[in-house]
Amino acid sequence: MNKIANRAVMCEVLKEAASKDQDVVVLCSDSRGSASLTSFAETYPEQFVEVGIAEQNLVSIAAGLASCGKKAFAVSPASFISTRSYEQCKVDCAYSNTNVKLIGISGGVSYGALGMTHHSAQDIAAMSAIPGMRVYLPSDRHQTRKLFEALLRDQQTAYVRLGRNPVEDTYEEGNVPFEMDKATVLSEGTDVLLVACGEMVRPMKDAAGILNGKGISTAAMDMYCIKPLDREGLLKAAAGKKLVVTVEEHAPFGGLGSMVAQVISANDPKRVINLALPDTPVITGTSSQVFHHYGLDAEGIAETVTKALKE
Amino acid sequence: MTKSEMRYMTMNELAIKAYDLRQDVLDIIVSGGGGHIGGDMSSVEIMLTLYNRMNVSPEKADDPNRDRFVLSKGHCVETLYAVLADKGFLDIEEVKAQFSKFGSEYIGHPHNTLPGIEMNSGSLGHGLSVCVGMALAGRMDGKNYRVYTLIGDGELAEGSVWEGLMAASHYKLDNLCAVIDRNHLQISGNTEDVMGHHDLHARFASFDWHVIDVADGNDIDQLNVAFDEAEKTKGCPTVIIAETVKGKGSALMENKASWHHHLPNQEEYELISKELKERKEALEHE
Repeated sequence: MNKIANRAVMCEVLKEAASKDQDVVVLCSDSRGSASLTSFAETYPEQFVEVGIAEQNLVSIAAGLASCGKKAFAVSPASFISTRSYEQCKVDCAYSNTNVKLIGISGGVSYGALGMTHHSAQDIAAMSAIPGMRVYLPSDRHQTRKLFEALLRDQQTAYVRLGRNPVEDTYEEGNVPFEMDKATVLSEGTDVLLVACGEMVRPMKDAAGILNGKGISTAAMDMYCIKPLDREGLLKAAAGKKLVVTVEEHAPFGGLGSMVAQVISANDPKRVINLALPDTPVITGTSSQVFHHYGLDAEGIAETVTKALKE
Repeated sequence: MTKSEMRYMTMNELAIKAYDLRQDVLDIIVSGGGGHIGGDMSSVEIMLTLYNRMNVSPEKADDPNRDRFVLSKGHCVETLYAVLADKGFLDIEEVKAQFSKFGSEYIGHPHNTLPGIEMNSGSLGHGLSVCVGMALAGRMDGKNYRVYTLIGDGELAEGSVWEGLMAASHYKLDNLCAVIDRNHLQISGNTEDVMGHHDLHARFASFDWHVIDVADGNDIDQLNVAFDEAEKTKGCPTVIIAETVKGKGSALMENKASWHHHLPNQEEYELISKELKERKEALEHE
């Protein structure tokens, strides 16, 4: 298992950027430790703003900084920055067109036993509904680096969800295909298309391996860019498939599955199954226990596909 | 002519201009079929005074050294439009013709695609925190610009305002000045009945802000004295509590919560216009 969490990679990239560009500013809401940003705060104290436990303030202050030319990265637990600060994200970042990157850490069910207050299973739906807001869920540390390097180069607001714990690599060091706002095809196939985002990409990739081993030709796609969704890439990958299955660490409404189904139904109608968290508070457990329970691990995904093809 | 006499003339000219701008606000609202006339009228002198002090001009609208203003009580955009037009940012006749019309850029809250408007507002309780960010950026960049925001007294019930107050004093942002349009009324009635502020001065002081009370927040001279003091205050942000009259300009509207966003009919329009003219003429004869 890789020992480096995606959030730690974020800190590395932001430190590299801050060393060359004093306009790179990071803000935290008493969350520098959770965000692995303590070393950023210690290395670049003049480019770090602590706002205390006040997420609405965090986002508005970031917008004020950005309006004066700063490249502001507001970093706070995904559950709080996405919904407690929702209006600030909408008005001060997207509507006012400020260059604020909203980074939701410990996303999805990363906080495990801490319960629904700390789970962010609504963030994709909420943030995607804001005009002008982009939404990204990188899958592993390598893609996280590529994404943050790209975000540092652009001037628009975006929301990024990162998980808390290290995850298995999806990509190999030195071989990380990445194009901004284009999904990455992990494997080709002819029967089934799997589409996942964030921490669900690695189990989806493994599920594709299981299915291909059983003779079910399965393609796998990493849709790290939820908004703007790579419609062209999706339709190309879905062409000729019997079944499309989406996998996400999110509520069953308004997330990746909803958006994929919207595109498929309008352009190339076929069966789409949405694998997601339930419309209830999530069962207590670690991420891997929770994923297994709801059939979101490699075996569960493969089982869903196998059953669906028999129906 | 002594310096103080020159200053007095300037003040009186601005006081007269405030009544011209009130007529503009009235015209904008009637043309658009709605607007927040009560708070517009209470805040005319505050915005007019500020824009005659601030380092802003349409020629240098993107100057990084410009002063910043955020209308946190964004629903009083009609006054902002009138003041921005007076400063040359907007064409007042275009605003009057287009306000709230289908497809218009001149909507009922500030929008920063228009020249002179820094940030979008309208949802209350955002402006102060945004200004904290602007003031921090100025300090980081070693710039001398000042940052101002205008907050309604009803708006102070938004908890996010108090998050901004905490952060501004924590970071000792003496380049930041907030003004409270203390007209004592909001849409449902008296602020003290809706959600009481009690001793507002003490509340701000307890957040480590320098607090200036302006007895008549519709008096340009008193406002200028307060802004002078705010500029000289070092080591903490300043809040000016400007005691204003909601609906200022006509007895028909003054101190009446029902005029929060009342749309004047033709008879009311004429009565208000007449009184605005009379008050302006009285100032001209002073």
